[in-house]
Amino acid sequence: MNETARPRAILHVDMDAFFVSVELLERPELIGEQVIVGHPAGRSVVLSASYECRALGVRSAMPMSTAMRLAPQATVIEPHQEQYRLASRRIMSIFRDVTPAVQQLSVDEAFLDVTGSLRRLGSPPRIGQSIRDQIRSELSLPASVGIAKNMFVAKIASTRAKPDGMLVIRPDETVPFLHTLPVSALWGVGQRTGEVLARAGIHSVRDIAQTPPATLGKMLGSTGAKLYELAWGRDERAVEPVREEKSIGAEETFAEDVRDPDVLHTEFLRLAHRVAERLRRAGKLAGTVAIKVRYEDFRTVSRSRRLPQASSSAVALAESATGLFDALWRDGDAIRLVGLRAEQFSGGAGVQFSFERSDANWESAEAAMDRIRDRFADSGVKPATLLNRPAGGARAPEEKSDG
Amino acid sequence: MTAEGGSVTLAGFDYEISARIEIPADISEEGTILVSGKLLAEITRSLPQAQVTLETEGSKVLVACGRSRFNLATMPVAEYPDLPALPEVAGVVDGESFAQAITQVIVAASKDDTLPVLTGVKMEIEDDLITFLATDRYRLAMREVSWRPHTPGLSTSALVKAKTLSEVAKTLAGAGELNIALGENSDLIGFQTGSRRTTSLLVDGDYPKIRSLFPDNTPIHATVATQSLVEVVRRVAVVAERNTPVRLAFTDGQLSLDAGTGEDAKAEETIEAHLDGEEITVAFNPAYLSEGLNAFNSEFVRFSFTSAPKPAMLTAQDSLEGSDSDAYRYLVMPVRLPNN
Repeated sequence: MNETARPRAILHVDMDAFFVSVELLERPELIGEQVIVGHPAGRSVVLSASYECRALGVRSAMPMSTAMRLAPQATVIEPHQEQYRLASRRIMSIFRDVTPAVQQLSVDEAFLDVTGSLRRLGSPPRIGQSIRDQIRSELSLPASVGIAKNMFVAKIASTRAKPDGMLVIRPDETVPFLHTLPVSALWGVGQRTGEVLARAGIHSVRDIAQTPPATLGKMLGSTGAKLYELAWGRDERAVEPVREEKSIGAEETFAEDVRDPDVLHTEFLRLAHRVAERLRRAGKLAGTVAIKVRYEDFRTVSRSRRLPQASSSAVALAESATGLFDALWRDGDAIRLVGLRAEQFSGGAGVQFSFERSDANWESAEAAMDRIRDRFADSGVKPATLLNRPAGGARAPEEKSDG
Repeated sequence: MTAEGGSVTLAGFDYEISARIEIPADISEEGTILVSGKLLAEITRSLPQAQVTLETEGSKVLVACGRSRFNLATMPVAEYPDLPALPEVAGVVDGESFAQAITQVIVAASKDDTLPVLTGVKMEIEDDLITFLATDRYRLAMREVSWRPHTPGLSTSALVKAKTLSEVAKTLAGAGELNIALGENSDLIGFQTGSRRTTSLLVDGDYPKIRSLFPDNTPIHATVATQSLVEVVRRVAVVAERNTPVRLAFTDGQLSLDAGTGEDAKAEETIEAHLDGEEITVAFNPAYLSEGLNAFNSEFVRFSFTSAPKPAMLTAQDSLEGSDSDAYRYLVMPVRLPNN
C-alpha cells in the first residue's frame, strides 16, 4: 500500500482509569489510594482500577475475586454508569468541537483526524494539549493523548503516554519507534499469536519487519500479512465519524449458574428495560430482538426473531426475548449468562396501534420513566417485578472497561 | 399405507395433525407398509399421469409408473402410532363457503409463534351459524357462515391453528359438503369429506374476547371500488419502506393516498370515493391494508370510522351507494403518525 502524499494527523485520546477517575471526583479522600470500580460480589469483573492497583497487577476485566487477592486493601466502589455516560458525552462533545472526524471507540476513548483542523487550531501537539487542558478544566479528569500519522500508531502512543501524558510520534519517527516495541504492542497479537511468533524466534516488532510476509502468512494466515504492514507503520484506515449504531444490547453474567426459569424471565425483563431506554434515547425502534444464552459449560446459543411491530418498549422486547428463551429452555439447564440485543432499527415512522390499549400504554409509561430518570438520576423508577432483584445477581460490564 | 379390499389407504400423523385418504385400487396382495411421507410425496409429484404400481421387495417398496422406477425403504409398521379416532360429527357445512371463510379470516391470524393462541382461528358455533375470528392484535377478521348442526341449538367453540384450517380448506373443502367433527370434552377437531378425513389438536389457551372490539357506532362511512384501491395501495406503498405507513385522506367524492417522506421518495394517487360523514385522514401499515382488501371479492368495500386513532372497519358492498353486508368484517388499527 502506498503512503498518502500528505501525512495525516491522527489523535487517539484515552481517559486514564476513567471510571475510577470519575468516582474520585466524589471521593477525593481516595486519590492516591488503591481503588477498584466493580461489583464486589460473585463472578463480577473489574471495570476499572486505579494505577495504584494496577501496580499490583490488577487489570480491567479481571475477575473480581482475583483482583481482591492481588489488592486486598483496595476500596471497591460500585459503578455509576449514568455518571460515566454523562462525563463521556461531555468529553465527546469537546472532541467534536475540534473536528467532525471523531470515531468513538467506547465511553472513554476516541480517534480524531485533525488533518483538516491544523490551519485553524495549530500543530497536532498543540491540539492534543488543548484537548487535555479542556478536559482537565471542564471535568477535572485526566486524559492521555497519542499523536501519529495513523490510527494504529496513535493508539500505541497513547498507551505509552499513560497516565496523564501525551506522546507525539512524527511521521519520520514512526518506524524507528515501532521497532523498539515487543510484538505484543501490535493490534491483533494476543497470547496465542505471541506464542506462535516466539517459537519462530520473533519477539519484537523489528523481528516481524524483517521476516518475509510469506513466512508470516504461513505461520499466522491472513493475520501475518497484516502484522507485516503494521510493523512498517502502515495503516491506511480512515477515522470514521460515529458510525450509526446497528444494535443495542445488554447482558448479564450470574454470580452463580441459574436453574430457575422465573429468575431468567425477570432478568430478561431487566435487560429489556436497559436496552429499551437506550433505544428510546436514540429515537430508534427495534425490528428484531436477539438473545444470547451461555450454559454452565460455556456453550453459547443465540436466537433472534422479528418483532410483530418495530418497538422501543421493554415489555415488547422482553415478551419476544422470553419467547425465544422458553423455546431453548430444558429442565435441568444451568445458565451462566443471558444477553438481549435489539437490532434492525427503523426510525420513528409512526407507531402501529394495537387493539390492546396496554401495548401503547407501555411505551408511554416507559417514556415517562425516562423523563423521571432525567430529572432525578438514580431515582430507581422501575417496574415492580424488578424491585427485588433475585439474590446472587452480579452485573458484568456492559460497556468496555476503560484503560 | 394399507392395501385392503378394493382400496389403498394413506394415513399420516405427527401427534398434532392426522390425515387419511382412501383411493380405489387393484389389490393383488393385502398388507400395510410404512414409508417416508415426504419422500413419497416428492416422488408422486414427479410422476407422469399414469397408473402407479406399488410392490414390496423385502424391506423396500418399488414405486413404478410408466418407465420410472423408485426404490423406497420401508420402516417398521409396528412402531407407528395409531391415528386418533374422528370425533363425533357435529354438523355439515358447504365446502366452498367454508374455504372462502377460512381464506378471509386467516389473513388476520398472527404468524408469531410466541403467541400460540393468536396463531389460531376461533370457531364459535351458535346453532346454525359458525363465526370464524382471527386477530394478531393489529387487525381482526370475522366471518359468519351458516351450517347444519346435527343437534339444533348447539353452542360450542374451538380454537384451531390457522395453518391447519388453511390446509383443510385447500385439500378437503373442494367438493361438496364438509363434515365437521367436534367431540364434547375432546381436544380434537375433525374434518371429513368423501374418503378424506383429517384431525387436529385444538390450540390450548383462552382466546381474547375480541368481538367487543367492533365499534358500536361509526359516524363516518366511505365506500371505494375494491380493485382500484388494491392497486393504488400497491403502487403508493412502493415508496413506503418496511413498516412505514400509507396515509388515506377521505374527502367528499375522493380518496387521496400518499406514502413516503419528502426527503427520499414520495408517492400519491387519488381515486373516486363516496364519503358519508366528516372528512377523515388515517394512516395504515400498507400490508395490513392490502391483505384486508384482498380478502374481499365484492366490487366495493366500505370503511367505517369512529375517529382517526380508532380502528377502521371494512365490509363488503355491492354498489357505491348501496348498503353493506357484514358477513365478513375486517377491523384494522391505524398507525399513529409522528406529528399527530
